[in-house]
Parts: sequence; structure tokens; C-alpha cells
Amino acid sequence: MDPICIVKHRCVGCGLCKKACPFAALSLQEGLAHVDVEKCNLCGACLEVCQYDAIEIRNAPGALEDFSDYRGVWIFAEQKNGIIQTIAYELLGEGRKLADTLEMPLCAVLIGHEIQGQIAALISRGADRIYLIDRPELAYFQDEPYAKVLCELVYRHKPAILLYGATSIGRSLAPRVAVAVNAGLTADCTGLSIIPETGNLLQTRPTFGGNIMASIISSDNRPQMATVRHKVMKEADVVEGRDGEVVVEQIADALLRSRTRRLRFEAEEETTMNIAEANIIVSGGRGLQKPENFKLIRDLAKVLGAGVGSSRAAVDAGWIPYSHQVGQTGKTVCPKIYFACGISGQIQHLAGMSSSDLIIAINKDKDAPIFKVANYGLIGDLFIILPLLTQEFKKILNK
Amino acid sequence: MHFVVCIKQVPDTMDISINPETNTLQRDGVASIINPFDMYAIEEAIRLREKMGGQVTALSMGPPQAVSALREAIAMGADNAVLISDRSFIGSDTWATSYTLAMAIRKLGDYSLILCGKQAADGDTAQVGPGIAGHLDLPQITYVRKIEKLTPDLIVAERMLEEGVEVLEGKLPCVLTVVKEINKPRLPSLKDIMTSRKAHITQWQACDLDCDAKKLGLDGSLTKVVKIFSPPARGNGEILTGEDNQTIRYLVDKIKATIIEAAL
Repeated sequence: MDPICIVKHRCVGCGLCKKACPFAALSLQEGLAHVDVEKCNLCGACLEVCQYDAIEIRNAPGALEDFSDYRGVWIFAEQKNGIIQTIAYELLGEGRKLADTLEMPLCAVLIGHEIQGQIAALISRGADRIYLIDRPELAYFQDEPYAKVLCELVYRHKPAILLYGATSIGRSLAPRVAVAVNAGLTADCTGLSIIPETGNLLQTRPTFGGNIMASIISSDNRPQMATVRHKVMKEADVVEGRDGEVVVEQIADALLRSRTRRLRFEAEEETTMNIAEANIIVSGGRGLQKPENFKLIRDLAKVLGAGVGSSRAAVDAGWIPYSHQVGQTGKTVCPKIYFACGISGQIQHLAGMSSSDLIIAINKDKDAPIFKVANYGLIGDLFIILPLLTQEFKKILNK
Repeated sequence: MHFVVCIKQVPDTMDISINPETNTLQRDGVASIINPFDMYAIEEAIRLREKMGGQVTALSMGPPQAVSALREAIAMGADNAVLISDRSFIGSDTWATSYTLAMAIRKLGDYSLILCGKQAADGDTAQVGPGIAGHLDLPQITYVRKIEKLTPDLIVAERMLEEGVEVLEGKLPCVLTVVKEINKPRLPSLKDIMTSRKAHITQWQACDLDCDAKKLGLDGSLTKVVKIFSPPARGNGEILTGEDNQTIRYLVDKIKATIIEAAL
């Protein structure tokens, strides 16, 4: 039986559902609504507008399990080289709100080696409890043992919610854990809240290249898991003198086995900030005309303490490494401020940056699509504008 | 060696737009393409076979029309193609999708390397590759930008992390997800395209996979979409023209406060 069907004797063929469907899955055939189940995403938009109860969406048989012994809002405290990453503090900031609403403790899982020094930071940012797993085998992130350790902790302590950063590590780790512990997982969330009636986690994320937003729940399983985008949630404030409990977890050697191992690590040569974590990003595109002109972008970025981004065109032309590419086949970023310089704003680029708080576009073509998403658009020659901007901000920020 | 490539047919996002009147996605007449990241996975599998010998199998889960994506993979050089399609797969989230693909891969057997694109251009989750590895209990290397070495039982690959490149050694069989930097996909010749039209595509349904029906489609999906809405519209921006000091100062004054706050 298909998950969605039209109740033919109730349908009057008014077409409201067809209008409401974001996926063009509904049509009118012989005067009645018809649903193309292959296109349907079961979002329920049609259900809301139908005045005649003529559409039925079959719900998966809801597990009427009792989840009352699943307690605690957990965050995965990502560390690199023994240093907690800022995303963990963002997760603690958001996790605190969820934990308070649910009246549950906020816990951080810290996995690594010789990382005791990082505990205080997690507690001062709001963690009520830290689960610490300290083993030499876990010094660097490796997918298999990290996933096994997290699964083991989930089995032992049954959290209600488990959040990860939507970083390279978080996005590799979370799906493995989800599959193993039978948990629903939502990627790249930009909004989290608790539904008051049910206590379920409502997870909101952009999809289809940022063209639509979807709200998602995983009500029939625990823990409810999500990866959360960088720079969307506010970092938890430091409160000195907070108390927190540290639980040191023992893990069987068998769980630490890994079929991959790190041979070496090569740091990115370009000495710019990781753009996923940058508050400000200055991006350049084809309008720069040649690779040397990226200096204009770097100069402004340096003054602002910003990361350097680029369009696909500039990467494909070999002007700047791929790790700087913003957009659909590059990185998705949402900084506080995004400068798009000499970037026309193809939809693939917009997909990677249109959720930035403030967008400033500089382009000599007044019809460039980038101006449609810009808060401030400056039509003019970037070779004149960029040095002036750099100079102005130098004055302001040096004061 | 047997290289299995998982591909997804997606709507070409170039063509997707929002109807300003109804605020819905306009997908009518939008072309379907192979997910861009999967093109790199197909190309890499073909290159590896050219070097190491063996065969490439392209695998896709989707509606019957996804056959055209598999034909494209054959035109590029894949040896075999398998479509897994069944109405019971409808409504699959990433958990159910990775389970279904994993069951198909298990049925293929004798696989050495499973290649996926980093993520799909429509859902952007990046969860299916690691999900397959999880279901099959295989090691995984995500965000691969280069394969340095491959032997019948070992791989050395470069994985892109935020601040650099991690070089990993992994035991085969292994699941890889690849990024754009790994290669430049070839354009098939007209002759190859013509030949691919007649190529045999294996079609499997749920009953062909030795799988648990409760883990398929809507029933096997642990996440549920409860609402779809348009992102908050960006207000009409202020457009300035000119390169003179006055215009620049005006702009700087407008954004100064935000910049200072963000730069701290």
C-alpha cells in the first residue's frame, strides 16, 4: 500500500492540494486529485489545505515504546589535537535550552587521549556531566572506534538527544552511529526546539540547495540525533565556578579496533582560517580576472580577520585551492558577514552562502543574480572598491 | 577487483526555482541528472579498473526512470548496472536508503571498494555513504580527494578535513565518499552513448534482496518530515552605484557595527 493516497469519494477536484504541493507531486486527472508517489516527500502540505479530508498519509506504525528511561541531552565534544572545537560550545549553548525545557541534564561526550585539560572548558560552558573516554588509540578521530565508543555509551546511558557538529568529522561519525543504534538522524540542522505536547525534538534544516526548509522529527526511536551547522547556534557563555560531574568510561579493547589508520596529516598551506568556522568570509570569483588579484581579497580578509572563500569558477581556473570553494560542490557556510566580490551568483553558489546573516555583493554587472540575495549591493569596479574598503576598515579596526 | 558505485538521480538544481506566487518549488520540466558528486565516484571507479583490472558496477535506488542515470554510467565506462526499484522503497529516509543499498551490495558480493559521492545535491545529507558502511560493517574513508595507493587488500587515500588533509590507510573492502577535487569526469563519446541505450540493466525489487521488509521505505525510516516551508525571504537589499570614496564610506558606515562585532 502506498504511503499516501487520495480518498476518491471525498475529493471534489478543487485543486488546492496541487497548489500547495512543494514538489509538484499532485495533479488533477479526470477531475480528481492524483498523486505521483515517486515525487511525493510526504510533507503533508496537501493535508493541511484539503477541506474535504480527501488525502490520507499513512503513518509508519508508531512504536508505542516507553522512552521515559532515555534521559539527557548529549553533545559530541569534537576535539582536534586535544583542543575542543568551537562547534562544541555552540552545541552546548543550544543543548542548554533543550535540556532546560526537558528538565534533563546536559552532557558532553569527550573522546581522545590526554584531554583532561579540556574538561574545565566544557563545564564552564554548561555541561552538567562529562563522559570521558581517554585512550591512546583515540588520540585522532577514526570513524570505526569513535562510532563504536559512542554506540556503547548510548547503550549504557540512554540519552534522549545526541547532537554533533555538521563538520567533516560529525558528518562521517553520526550516520554510522545512527545505523548501529537504530536512531533517526537529521543532517545540517539550523533550528532545534522541543515540541511541547510530545517532548520530541523538532529539527529544521535547509534542503534542495537552501530553496526550502524542512522540519523533521524522529519520534519513534531514541536517541534523537542531529548534526548542527556551524555558526548558526550561539556559543554558550563561560560561567566561572560552575559544577560538573566527570564520569570516566572504561571501554573494551575490542571496540577500539580500527581498520583505518592515520599515516600523516598535511595542514592546508594557505594560512587562512577554516571558512566553515569564520565569522566573516571574503570571497572572490571570476571577476578578479587572474589569480594574482586574489591578493585584493586576502588583504581585505586579513584586515577583517576573515576567511577567504571563492566561487567554483575561480577554483576550476586553478586560482585558489578547492578547500576554499563555497557552493553546492564546495562548502556550505553561514557566517555573520559574507562579501561576494566579482561573483555573479549562480544558484549553486547561492546554495552555499545564502543563509549568511549579512551579504555584501560587489560586481560591475548590475544584473548579476548575487544582488538579489545581497543586503548591500555595490555596482562598480572591484579593483577600485576593494582597496578602498580595506583602507577604511583598517582605520576603523585599528582604533 | 570489483568496484561498486552508488549513484542517485536528482533534479538539476540549475533549473529549480521558487514560484513567487505560490511559494512552491517549480520542478515541472526540470531535467534529471546524475548527482554531480556521484559523477566523480563513477569516474574514479573507471580509472581504478583501467589501472587494476576488474569490473565496475553502477548501482542506483530510485524510480524506474533512474535507468537513464545508469545508462549514462555505462556510457562513461561502467561494466554493469543495477537498478533497485520497488514501491515499498517509497518514503525512505537515509537510514532506510542506506540499508536498502547495503542489502543490494551484499547480494552483489565480492566487492572490493564501494564508492559514493560526498553527498546528494537535493538532500545534501552526506549520510548514505557512511550509512552503507555501517550496515555492512565496513571501514569508511569520507571526503576523499585522492587515492594514493590501491592493492587487492589495502587503500591509501587522502581525506579532506577542515584544516588540511589526512592521509589514511584502510583495509579492503572499504566504503569511500569522494569530493570534486579527485578527478575530472570524462564525457562519453557519441558511440558509447548509443551503445549504452541497448545495454542490459539488471532490475531488482525488494523480494530479490534478502532483506527485512520492516526496514524498507516509510516503515524503515526513523525520521519523518512534518513540515515544508520557504526560507524567510531576504528583504530587498540596498543597491549602491559607484566607486567613489563617498559611496564606500556610506557602505562602511552601514555595516561598521556588524563588522566590529563579528571581527572581535
